[in-house]
Amino acid sequence: MAIILNQNQELSLKERFFNLNFVYILILCLLAMIGCLTLYSAAGGKITPWALNQGIRFGMGLCVMITAAMIKPEFYYKIATPFYLFTLFLLLVVDVAGHTGMGAQRWINLGFFKLQPSELMKLAIVLQLARYFSNTPLEEIRTIRGIIVPIIIVAVPVAFIMIQPDLGTSLMVLFCATALFYLAGIQWWKFGLALGGVAAAAPILWHFLHDYQKNRILTFLDPERDPQGAGYHIIQAKIALGSGGAWGKGFLSGTQSHLNFLPEKHTDFIFTMFSEEFGMIGGIVILFLNLILISYGYWFAFRIHPSNYFGKMVILGLNTNYFLYVFINVAMVIGLLPVVGIPLPLISYGGTVIISVMASFGIMQSFYVNRDRELKK
Amino acid sequence: MKKSNDKLRILLKRSLIIFSANIFLFFVLVGRLYYLQIYQKEKYALLADSNRFSTRLLVPPRGSINDRNGVELATNIQNFQALLIAEQVRGDINKLLEEITPILKLTPEDIEQIKKDIKRHRRFVPVKIKDNLSWDEVSTLMLNNHRWPGLVIDQGLIRYYPFKQYTAHPLGYVGSVSEKDLQQSDAPLLQVPGFKIGKSGFEKTYDESLRGKEGSLKYEVNAYGRIMREIEKIEGTKGEDLNLTIDIRLQKAAFDAFGDEAGAAVVLDVHTGEILASVSTPSFDPNLFVDGISQKNWDALLYDEKTPLTNKAISGQYSPGSTFKVVVALAALEAGVIDEKTDYFCSGKMKLGNHLFHCWKHYGHGHQTLVNALKNSCDIYFYETALELGIEKIAAMSRKLGLGTTYDLGLENQKKGVIPDKAWKRQQFKTGWQKGETVIAGIGQGYVLVTPTQLVTMLARVVNGGYEITPTFIKRPNNEAPKSLHLNPHDISLVKQGMYEVVNGKGGTATRAKLKIKGIEMGGKTGTTQVRRISLKERAEGIKKDEDLPWKYRNHAWFMAYAPHDNPKYAVAVIVEHGRSGAGVAAPIASKILEEAIKLDIR
Repeated sequence: MAIILNQNQELSLKERFFNLNFVYILILCLLAMIGCLTLYSAAGGKITPWALNQGIRFGMGLCVMITAAMIKPEFYYKIATPFYLFTLFLLLVVDVAGHTGMGAQRWINLGFFKLQPSELMKLAIVLQLARYFSNTPLEEIRTIRGIIVPIIIVAVPVAFIMIQPDLGTSLMVLFCATALFYLAGIQWWKFGLALGGVAAAAPILWHFLHDYQKNRILTFLDPERDPQGAGYHIIQAKIALGSGGAWGKGFLSGTQSHLNFLPEKHTDFIFTMFSEEFGMIGGIVILFLNLILISYGYWFAFRIHPSNYFGKMVILGLNTNYFLYVFINVAMVIGLLPVVGIPLPLISYGGTVIISVMASFGIMQSFYVNRDRELKK
Repeated sequence: MKKSNDKLRILLKRSLIIFSANIFLFFVLVGRLYYLQIYQKEKYALLADSNRFSTRLLVPPRGSINDRNGVELATNIQNFQALLIAEQVRGDINKLLEEITPILKLTPEDIEQIKKDIKRHRRFVPVKIKDNLSWDEVSTLMLNNHRWPGLVIDQGLIRYYPFKQYTAHPLGYVGSVSEKDLQQSDAPLLQVPGFKIGKSGFEKTYDESLRGKEGSLKYEVNAYGRIMREIEKIEGTKGEDLNLTIDIRLQKAAFDAFGDEAGAAVVLDVHTGEILASVSTPSFDPNLFVDGISQKNWDALLYDEKTPLTNKAISGQYSPGSTFKVVVALAALEAGVIDEKTDYFCSGKMKLGNHLFHCWKHYGHGHQTLVNALKNSCDIYFYETALELGIEKIAAMSRKLGLGTTYDLGLENQKKGVIPDKAWKRQQFKTGWQKGETVIAGIGQGYVLVTPTQLVTMLARVVNGGYEITPTFIKRPNNEAPKSLHLNPHDISLVKQGMYEVVNGKGGTATRAKLKIKGIEMGGKTGTTQVRRISLKERAEGIKKDEDLPWKYRNHAWFMAYAPHDNPKYAVAVIVEHGRSGAGVAAPIASKILEEAIKLDIR
């Protein structure tokens, strides 16, 4: 675009708005629409209790996204550290509350909204790591001393989330951080070493897992182990999916879902429900739309000003986070990964995830909107 | 500057690598979808259907059992049940139960059980409150239906025997399926809870054809087992009706003729062998068995000395006594041992070796020809005749006339009786035949045993002119003419004359039993059989009067009869257990039965 000649000139609100990537937003809307349709079917052909709510939440999510996109990228750079520390504090609050007799809790009730600090932490950790890596020279990153700080940045919140206990989210944060470590240029062999370390420590880690977590992993390895109990979900999910065939049983006609054989059909297992009714073709459409969305993310990272290392890292981190959501959810409901309780964002019923991914899309867009200028530190 | 370029280059390069990995992982997901949804589709489609569909068998109505005129002897009646569906109840279930308690007369134990059942089942499963509701109970519940949503009245069919004890023996009864039944048959209907199967009598023998063909109801269920909708309903077919030759009017009359006596009577159509009545007294109410009989009722039936559970008409084996003289006479006539003029002198006793055989008449009958010997039931005449004739010829004629064998009656526990001969004795006792045994066989004592059904068959074969009819409960559609036994008609008319004299002759043994119908006469033969041997000592001391003995030691009383004499149609055999006197007790019963048969004029 020819509007921007001076690389350091700030854009007006109107310019920023028209710099948004509207194809990206369109795809988001398509996915949300698929979500609402599936929720409509899950409720037996009614917009209550899920479809309408989900639509409203997506609307709210769109507002959050556009607001986040209109904010100048410098703001994210500035608040990275305080935001990180604040979120860490919230995590601590939730943990302490959970361990002082208030029952296991993952959220803080704000009255109108249940805030999950672990969800915020996914954002915070990306911002904080990106800030650290952008300010640290490659030579230092490549030394042992240079990675101690980022390891601490990651390890502390992951530990906090792990004891909630929320294995799924802590693993996601860990994978996402690993991707950022890799992007920052840390040598291959160090990853190999870490992987070896984890493998060696696996038996000890196994010991620290809760029984239900162990069960999930065992059940994943052999669902027939307990077909009425822990294996029931995954067996029924496979039946739903497989019986859908290539073209599906038709909208509102998924027998496994409508007769309640399929558990959690409106939340974690919504992909299965959709694939029962719309078949393999339907499943591929969802995967393809998400692939486009993720490809756009990579394009944003390429496209923004070369000097904006922080921005590129934030975009890649948040994009990876979204990819992990989609991949882990789909892989677990089709029996490729253990059932770890990760929803399919934009489609699964649930407000927190929608707001949180839409916020992260907004931050990505904020960098993209200001793609032709340098980041003023 | 160069260094920060390095950093950027690494970032971009590595982001491409991660992007490629992402794309690769997406294709892994697509591959998995292909595997599950295309490659394994059939497998999962089947599993989804087996999740979703459930099939229930529909029990067809059981075929009824009818008498020869189409009167239902075993039928199905409506059975009303009160059921409660917990989830449809508005308000408090306990309050509802309280309200219906006085109407259905529920006991506190019933209420306890109902509450337990409700807790045990899912809330949409109907729980039984009370079975076999009376009309009053049904109508009261119906009238107040609006007050108790969730309370439903369900109707089913239950087997019912309207003639109760009159038909209990040949018909039998149905009961719950036992473990043994399940081992013997894998018919799916047997698995249906509450299904009833024939346990005895015709209900058991013809169970499979009475049962009918099951229907099925295929329906869709959800994960909790709730029925969502019917998919397909295949109606079953009602079991085949069983049409018997019995005439229930005659059956009732025959049964009632016994009063309190224990015994059995069988009435045949002498030309077809159709059994018009077959009773065994005392009897029982088969309806008690349908829902499972109580221990108390069962014990009462089992330990009754008059054995109500035994069908004496086919399972009771008795010495034929003097009725057997008819067989001996025919055998002797055929063999030429006697003719109508043959004359034996009865002095009241006969000596064989050093053994003395007595006639029932202490001072003897004097000179006797065959007709007189039958009329007076003279023992000496038949002792002499039997001695001349030999046991083999007696046995041959017995078998020819249908004794010593079982028939295709479709009933269990049919007894064969005993027709002794030399081979039989050797096989049974490993000793030779004694002449004295022939003597007592001549008056139907000793080893000879017959059932009432066999005896009436014998009589029918004689009086129908010597045709080999066999008794049957089922109407045979194309009635083949029975084979001739090639008996000499003159011999038959001689024996019939003897039996005519028994009832109608001056001084005949059963003159009191004459039919009270003008113009129709009957013939018959009495029989009295010892249940215990009379010892020499007792005979010397003077025989105790039979009625002074305890019931179970008294003599059995027989009477067999046919009517009308000139053109016989009906034959009846009556045994009264421990009835003491054939003429006094059994003959009146037989004549009552024949009178009824003639009045009914059964076609």
